[in-house]
Amino acid sequence: MTRFRHRHLLGIEPLSREDVLAILDTADGLREVLDRPIKKVPALRGKTVVNLFYEASTRTRASFEVAEKVLSADSLTIATATSSVTKGETLLDTARNLEAMNPDMIVVRHASSGAPHFLARHCKSAIVNAGDGAHEHPTQALLDALTLRQKKGRLEGLTVAIVGDLLHSRVARSNLWLLTKLGASVRLCAPPTLVPPGLGALAPVTHDIDEAVRGADAIMMLRIQSERMAGGFVPSLREYHARYGLTAARMRHAKKDALIMHPGPMNRGVEIASEVADGPWSVILDQVTNGVAVRMAVLYLLLGGAPEASL
Amino acid sequence: MSAIVVKGGRVVDPAHDIDGPADVRIENGRIVAVGKRIPTRGATVLEARGRVVCPGFIDLHTHLREPGREDKETIATGTRAAAAGGFTAVCAMPNTEPVNDTAGITRAILERARTDGAVRVYPIGAITRGSKGEELAEYGDLREAGCVAVSDDGRPVASARVMRRALEYAQAFGLTVIDHCEEPSLTEKAPMNEGPVATLLGLRGWPGAAEAVMVERDVLLAELTGGKVHIAHISTAASVDAVRRGKRRGVRVTAEATPHHLLLTDQVVRDTEYDTATKMNPPLRAEADRLAVIEGLRDGTIDCIATDHAPHTVDDKKVEFDQAAFGIVGLETAVALCLDRLVRTGIVSVPRLVELLSTHPARVLGLPGGSLALGAPGDLTILDLDRERTVDPARFQSKGRNTPYGGWTLRGWPVATIVGGTVAWQDTAVGAPRRRSDRRRAPSRRRAGGS
Repeated sequence: MTRFRHRHLLGIEPLSREDVLAILDTADGLREVLDRPIKKVPALRGKTVVNLFYEASTRTRASFEVAEKVLSADSLTIATATSSVTKGETLLDTARNLEAMNPDMIVVRHASSGAPHFLARHCKSAIVNAGDGAHEHPTQALLDALTLRQKKGRLEGLTVAIVGDLLHSRVARSNLWLLTKLGASVRLCAPPTLVPPGLGALAPVTHDIDEAVRGADAIMMLRIQSERMAGGFVPSLREYHARYGLTAARMRHAKKDALIMHPGPMNRGVEIASEVADGPWSVILDQVTNGVAVRMAVLYLLLGGAPEASL
Repeated sequence: MSAIVVKGGRVVDPAHDIDGPADVRIENGRIVAVGKRIPTRGATVLEARGRVVCPGFIDLHTHLREPGREDKETIATGTRAAAAGGFTAVCAMPNTEPVNDTAGITRAILERARTDGAVRVYPIGAITRGSKGEELAEYGDLREAGCVAVSDDGRPVASARVMRRALEYAQAFGLTVIDHCEEPSLTEKAPMNEGPVATLLGLRGWPGAAEAVMVERDVLLAELTGGKVHIAHISTAASVDAVRRGKRRGVRVTAEATPHHLLLTDQVVRDTEYDTATKMNPPLRAEADRLAVIEGLRDGTIDCIATDHAPHTVDDKKVEFDQAAFGIVGLETAVALCLDRLVRTGIVSVPRLVELLSTHPARVLGLPGGSLALGAPGDLTILDLDRERTVDPARFQSKGRNTPYGGWTLRGWPVATIVGGTVAWQDTAVGAPRRRSDRRRAPSRRRAGGS
């Protein structure tokens, strides 16, 4: 049993297939803790984790906090609205000041792609990327993979459609890396205005959602932000829903046992109809539960635990 | 009378088709003789055996930051950087604070250059007042005060109508319009080149087409008006093609390329994990663009190499990639990069490089210098093609340390810079070119040192 060989989790791209499996297997082992009557293990007792959130987040932030508490780490969360950032402090100064308090890890969410890399370069703590710009959101991809593996028993050979705002989506990028590393095949679907150049070299891209859905084992829907209308990417939410929204009618093209996933927060009636989000295909809430398990695994492995250890 | 003789070097003067061993004598700031065995009587002698002696290099694109941003650079530090990099003159971009859009500011820059400058400073005036892209600046006054061209560098002239008027009106004063070609509606908040690398990094892309549409526009407007346009820091294949076609039709268009667009691609942003020293405007492009810019350099479409020296403070750069300032310093690395990566690799010859760095920059803006004609300014750049040195940003003369080349070992460096017959800088580490008096001809050391 070897220690996890990375100091930081900056993205899925730099991880090997073995690294990803180590995290997923550890998460599988740790998930059981969440079903215990007393949901607490001493694995990270005495370790300090700072959650530094420069962007609004409900799920990811809560999920990291729960994971930290279950593992007995001491944690604190700093959100921009209540911090010195509003007084003009730079990211580096904020991070250095936090470091002066000797945390073992900084979990960072930031609107600038590469912000976690910047911190990793200038800080001593382990850095976990909780979403940076349109770059990566590695723990989201890991929890998606954990959910898929749980429901389908495997990742290899699965066909996964990722549908929505590919241009601005860090979730799409992290999932693309992870799924292809683990032998799933990925299809991408978006209107042409929301497909960044070069993406087609990594996975087939279609502009027809029915084509994307047909025969897929899982469909991951991405959030479309209303700001995109102002940017001229799509003419209206109405048309977006009509052409790219996942509805029960469209699910007729899908496999009977296809899974519907969404990283949240959902825009009901835009990228996804309620009947689908709440329907039998949906594993959206399983994703959230698995999010805690995956984050426990990441914290545990980066802060010195061995993969697959029982607690 | 002060005199200096640079002796025994390989003299390269493309303007006169000279490339061979010769001496150069400068008196009272002017070239007075070029040839074999020139008398050294009464002159300081610089031994240049084994070195290349060229007309002084002229940088068409320098940001000196003074007035207004003296925390980034001053005329003193910027011109010292120029001298240490082998440049005897720099053209100072007007995006200072305030913008150099009136004669008074031009005169203040020239006065500061006279007192603090290590090399010649040629101010460039603004195309429009405050570089806001709306009303033309007063070109007549700017010219009279000493501006050698107009540009709104860094703030593209979005309106085709304004650019048309600038190209027309500038002709009355013989001014070239230097354009930073960027269609702003296509590049909003975009920190790097649009393409597969930006996609993987999750950064907003600045598409090459945003430059090329403006280059096409400018070429057409120069054709329409008969004005002279110079394309700053050309960076894409389509832009090079637009200039090439324009030149073929006889349009008065010229272009410059920077060392970084000739040598680096957007891949380095990824390789360095978002290092802000790889962020510049225009951004580093794809390999196909880089090769097209090199081809433009080879076939003469591109006239000059310019640095786009853009010094910034550490604070401007030590932030998130998309928050960082655009630009890198270039004066102290450009010549060595060209010698190591363009000359030693056979992409261009030494005489062609001198053309790109001296002959053509002078010609494009009608500046004095750029040749060793008798009576020309006594400005020389002396190169050692074999000198090897590692780029150490901590030792820059510039206040800016923002360079992606730190730690690069380059072969071929400038070793001395002479401005108006005075040694403005020399590489003391190599101990040469040496000053010596010629005892046989000169009666005394003291006199040999000149007056």
